[in-house]
Amino acid sequence: MLGRTLREVSAALKQGQVTPTELCKKCLSIIKKTKYLNAYITVSEEVALKQAEESEKRHKQGQPLGDLDGIPVAVKDNFSTSGIETTCASNMLKGYIPPYNATVVQKLLDQGALLMGKTNLDEFAMGSGSTDGVFGPVKNPWSYSKQYRERQRHDEHGDSHWLITGGSSGGSAAAVAAYTCFAALGSDTGGSTRNPAAHCGLVGFKPSYGLVSRHGLIPLVNSMDVPGIFTRCVDDTAVVLGVLAGHDPKDSTTVQDPIKLPMILGEMDVSRLCIGIPKEYLVPELSSEIRSLWSQAADLFESEGAKVIEVSLPHTCYSIVCYHVLCTSEVASNMARFDGLQYGHRSGIDVSTEAMYAATRQEGFSDVVRGRILSGNFFLLKENYENYFVKAQKVRRLIVRDFMNAFDSGVDVLLTPTTLSEAVPYLEFIKEDNRTRSAQDDIFTQAVNMAGLPAVSVPVALSNQGLPIGLQFIGRAFCDQQLLTVAKWFEKQVQFPTIQLQDLMDDGSLVLENGKLTSVSLT
Amino acid sequence: MSVQASPTLFMAMATAATATSAHPDVVSIARVAPPSSLRRTRSKEMWARALRVRFPATLNRGRGFASKAGPQGKVQEAGQGTHSPRLATQGAGRVPAAKIEHLERLALVNFGSREAVARLEKAIAFADQLHAVDTDGVEPLESVLEDRCVYLRSDNVAEGNCTEELLRNSHHVVEEYFVAPPGNISLPDLVNKTPSPTAE
Repeated sequence: MLGRTLREVSAALKQGQVTPTELCKKCLSIIKKTKYLNAYITVSEEVALKQAEESEKRHKQGQPLGDLDGIPVAVKDNFSTSGIETTCASNMLKGYIPPYNATVVQKLLDQGALLMGKTNLDEFAMGSGSTDGVFGPVKNPWSYSKQYRERQRHDEHGDSHWLITGGSSGGSAAAVAAYTCFAALGSDTGGSTRNPAAHCGLVGFKPSYGLVSRHGLIPLVNSMDVPGIFTRCVDDTAVVLGVLAGHDPKDSTTVQDPIKLPMILGEMDVSRLCIGIPKEYLVPELSSEIRSLWSQAADLFESEGAKVIEVSLPHTCYSIVCYHVLCTSEVASNMARFDGLQYGHRSGIDVSTEAMYAATRQEGFSDVVRGRILSGNFFLLKENYENYFVKAQKVRRLIVRDFMNAFDSGVDVLLTPTTLSEAVPYLEFIKEDNRTRSAQDDIFTQAVNMAGLPAVSVPVALSNQGLPIGLQFIGRAFCDQQLLTVAKWFEKQVQFPTIQLQDLMDDGSLVLENGKLTSVSLT
Repeated sequence: MSVQASPTLFMAMATAATATSAHPDVVSIARVAPPSSLRRTRSKEMWARALRVRFPATLNRGRGFASKAGPQGKVQEAGQGTHSPRLATQGAGRVPAAKIEHLERLALVNFGSREAVARLEKAIAFADQLHAVDTDGVEPLESVLEDRCVYLRSDNVAEGNCTEELLRNSHHVVEEYFVAPPGNISLPDLVNKTPSPTAE
């Protein structure tokens, strides 16, 4: 059952082949077995079982709510969930229990999805490794896969060579990759959904800015944040997007365009497609394997009759700098709300309001967060505002124009790498600080956030080391469905292999034949 | 690596284009046949080839990042022709102490260590690269939705009455008030009196 698509499982639930409670219990047991991944901050076992019970009642009465009824999902811990602790992996919000659900969470619950828990992340979603949260780093399930381990020469007795998931939504990625749920919500501000998706062999989707509500998503960069979706196949993403997309009166940055539902991805005539390859994305740091796969993907489209052309996004080299300035500035503003008075951590110092605020923020925020706040405040100083913040906004317009020009020249979809390399070992990753790593790792993904375009990372193949590599498709604004249709076609061509997780295979939880998941025991 | 690779990548694409166009029959057969089989076989070969590609200089690449972006400020090799941003910084300027205090006062966040200040200086130097871009006549972009009229709901009370829920999350509440320490004491007055809680 776990290896099936959402629609298949939903059909099985409707036909009574499996019950929501069985599915729920199975996923909870896998969560326990894969605890070492540290993917979850909070496992909402009781909530999930209760939801499963209610879903079962509905199914028995023949009245399921939809394709997501009875389906286990996970949510990144920067989405507010009523009655369930929401921490953003920070001391500042430890113990904080929101009184409301984020709109996207509410939509999932309204469709009967089972909330397995809140997943781990980098503190306040700042980072590209999911290593900087107060609950510890998330481990990439592929570190424990047969595909990776059999290619390693050194002894794997120690656990010291485990790999990062990428970030900042690493917990959600690990949760889906390890079969603890069918879909997970992440957030994407600079690539935080697409980056871990590529490292964990998943489909990571970033919707157009304005398509999905941000109400309840604890904000990082208001002008770039969007909720992101992790699934094991593109069709599942379409199912989830169909539920989440749409105008929300509580988020005035959601557009009111009508969306055609249900979101079903049809067949595509590749010969009518025009794929753009941005030449500036061919950087020296790109691994040769990914470069080769990128090239072969382009060849594949071309061999099927698509037009593949080179395009230029001339301001690409400045986008990471621009992003850095805008991001830290907006962060400085958004983090100002954490003062300990109304919610969250409060320092014991109460000599004065400002002393209390300062101490609270000192105790509650990590170095990374404080660093970004201070940088942001620097760029927002009166003397720097024009030269840094406004300048960055102008450069942002140039970057957006680059994309518009590329699409206006007839390109339907851009094809780029998602990451510079496959997932690296944690010990390697932490040799550089958070800002440096983010600047390196976000290189292919953040320009998309600045332009508000939809993008998706699709897993393509395994590297020589047996680790997943993903490629990114970028579409025109609000052409999310078309983008997913292209991604779905591509996914079918590449036939990315299933992860062979030793633990789950050893105890019979997952059964694979020829690298494909054939059955899962529900005991 | 970069300049040679760039024309090669796209020259290969151009060659492929002429190759396929010379064999229209092959393309159409592939489409008429059972959708997955022929294409999948061909794709499998492609991916098998990808996996056989030797992955050179893995170690160099790892080391490369460490040395290029080190605190010594080595400039990363941009590669002839490509415009990679400099991830490390050269000659990061010093931020004066008065400015540091000012920022701490504004942000109500403590730097806490010399390293944190150094990180700020690097961040500023990194951001300085923006000045190389010509933005004459370009308007700042505040939102990607600027061309649209975003929705504003009508000014009617639709929800509320959740006092209890909101007060529940605060550490110090008296009746229906959030309790704050005295507000008329400014932070600099306390700088010498309150010990810094950090131990970095």
